[in-house]
Amino acid sequence: MLKSHLIAQLVNLLAAGLLLISFAMLSRRRTQRLILLYAWQGAILCLSTCLVAYDAGLTELYYSAALTLILKVIGLPWILHRLIERLGAQWDREPVVNIPLTMLIGLVLVIFAFGLAQPISEMATTITRNTLGIALAVILLSFLMMITRRKAVTQVIGFLAMENGLFFAATSATYGMPMVIELGIALDVLVGVFILGIFFFQIREQFDSLDLHHLEALKED
Amino acid sequence: MEVFLVLGLPLLGALLLAMLGARRFAAELNVGISLATLMAAAVLVLRVIRHGSLLVWHDQFFVDSFNVFLVALTAFVGLTTSLFSRPYMRIEEAHGRLTPHRLRLYHSMYQLFMGAMLLALLTNNMGILWVAMEAATLSTVLLVSLYRTKASLEAAWKYFILCGVGIALALFGTMLLYFAAQQTLGREGMTALLWTHLNAVKTHLEPQVMGLAFVFLLVGYGTKVGLVPLHSWLPDAHAEGPTPVSAVLSGLLLNVALYAVIRCKILAEGSIGVALPGRMLMGFGLLTAVIGAFLLWRQRDIKRLFGYSSIEHMGIITFAFGLGGPIANFAALLHMTLHSLTKSSIFFTAGHASQTAGTQHMDDIRGLVSISPTIGWGLILGSIAILGMPPFGIFASEFLILTTAMRHHPWATPFLLLAFGVAFAGIFSKVQPMVFGESDSRRLPHSPALTPVFVHLALVLILGVYIPPALAAWYSSAAHLIGG
Repeated sequence: MLKSHLIAQLVNLLAAGLLLISFAMLSRRRTQRLILLYAWQGAILCLSTCLVAYDAGLTELYYSAALTLILKVIGLPWILHRLIERLGAQWDREPVVNIPLTMLIGLVLVIFAFGLAQPISEMATTITRNTLGIALAVILLSFLMMITRRKAVTQVIGFLAMENGLFFAATSATYGMPMVIELGIALDVLVGVFILGIFFFQIREQFDSLDLHHLEALKED
Repeated sequence: MEVFLVLGLPLLGALLLAMLGARRFAAELNVGISLATLMAAAVLVLRVIRHGSLLVWHDQFFVDSFNVFLVALTAFVGLTTSLFSRPYMRIEEAHGRLTPHRLRLYHSMYQLFMGAMLLALLTNNMGILWVAMEAATLSTVLLVSLYRTKASLEAAWKYFILCGVGIALALFGTMLLYFAAQQTLGREGMTALLWTHLNAVKTHLEPQVMGLAFVFLLVGYGTKVGLVPLHSWLPDAHAEGPTPVSAVLSGLLLNVALYAVIRCKILAEGSIGVALPGRMLMGFGLLTAVIGAFLLWRQRDIKRLFGYSSIEHMGIITFAFGLGGPIANFAALLHMTLHSLTKSSIFFTAGHASQTAGTQHMDDIRGLVSISPTIGWGLILGSIAILGMPPFGIFASEFLILTTAMRHHPWATPFLLLAFGVAFAGIFSKVQPMVFGESDSRRLPHSPALTPVFVHLALVLILGVYIPPALAAWYSSAAHLIGG
């Protein structure tokens, strides 16, 4: 019982770290830095999944932790890093909303997320149920990041961070989705990133830049 | 067995077309695979008609009258679109917009897209449904940007990001669904997300969680249906992608996404009662129909115009499903069928019309009848059909929806009439000058395949005059299944 309590506390600690990283992502403008933060997010996710797996005695969750390690801590950050190097897109432009204001909006979103998750957390029987609010907050913060950034690469990192939040929500509320579905999701994400990689090159070929303000020609006329 | 054929053929086809590459016969092979898929689907349909609903392979696949009709429709429109795309893509190649290398990508992704949609329809697992929807999005992203122009890249980017966000919300909804299922069914791993199992215990699912799950699922899959306010990817993707892709996006993908919403609605209604999910669908549907109709007026691009028309029609269908009850559901299913047949035939003619004129700009497309009577008449007949004029079938389904709305929710009638009226004026005033009048355009280098257009329109006409009793019974049983 005591051990279980300790693990729950540790998972809560990791969840707080996850939220902190999401805020850090909102405040960073250097793309390489964002990728590093994304990798850290993956690492925390992997660790917390392992803890939950240990506590609940579920081997399935170890597999999904391993999948996280391979895909989100090593694979995707490496792919993104190589892409950035080859494309030379080191810096993001000034975001649409300035950073202090974004932080404030982020705070409001966190409160909203906790309010929304409260009734569901009470129903959950998992040891990690308190973290559902944080998972939802991470999803919303990544969403905010996608809206406020203008570079294609940054938007994609926001998209991936949102997927991390979803994954964390799945572990904290239900001890993860069934394995087949998790594999399917991982495959979709991987393919998605490959397609985006192709996209980056096409966009740069056409526009000579990865700046998304070029992509605003299609409007209602 | 038939289920595996229906799913396996397109996937095998995608692999084959990816390997065989840019051979001359790739287009014919594409048609062949689509034909084989349709035949497998027909066998499946016969089996369901004879023996009722099926559960296959440890309950992982589920076929009932609701999804089998969409499987048949998907396979049918898949075949006719592949027939249409054979000469169409050759003309594009002759005009220098495509290389053989891109055509290989196109053919392979086309089959993959079909396979993903059929998987989404046939699977019994709500998680796999999500995976298949995402796969369908990913396979079409590369199709939308096939021409690699600035505009098509922008459209594809928007499509990817917006649908990505939508599908992420749907994933969260699926998670909540799984959470609710675990509370009732216990931890059964794979089986807790099976739709049939959930359906059996839907009255015991936690209403609070199910309510929240439904909101996320509706907004998430609703993005792919093209519901306002998350519709802005749709006209771009339809206008900038190659025409066969516009036809299958409009005619099939929107239906499949709506199918996912309805499956979720059935579960949510069991748990939280009929009122809330129904009202949400009605609200989103009406908003979508009215806004879609008004946005029609501002369009100058022929494919964008019909993209907005699809938004309007999806709004009407969503509204009808929200009304619920056997009649409205029947009308919604009928409208789904007729809309996909009509809209894909319109895109076929619109594609050839813009090839003839060399532009998609409607002001520059003139006198289609004088250059090619079949294209001109196809476009005008299709427009009349989509606008719900008798004797075409859409008149019947819209009439049913309108009268049911009048009886149960009279407040909605003016909005519906407004949407119908505005859409009518908007489309008719733009299509009429394109079809009639003078023109100096040249003929196309390959003769277009317009048989699919007239086959579709003939079916729409027949369904407007006479619905065979077998088909009516089939729709009725599906409508009964959806309930509400």
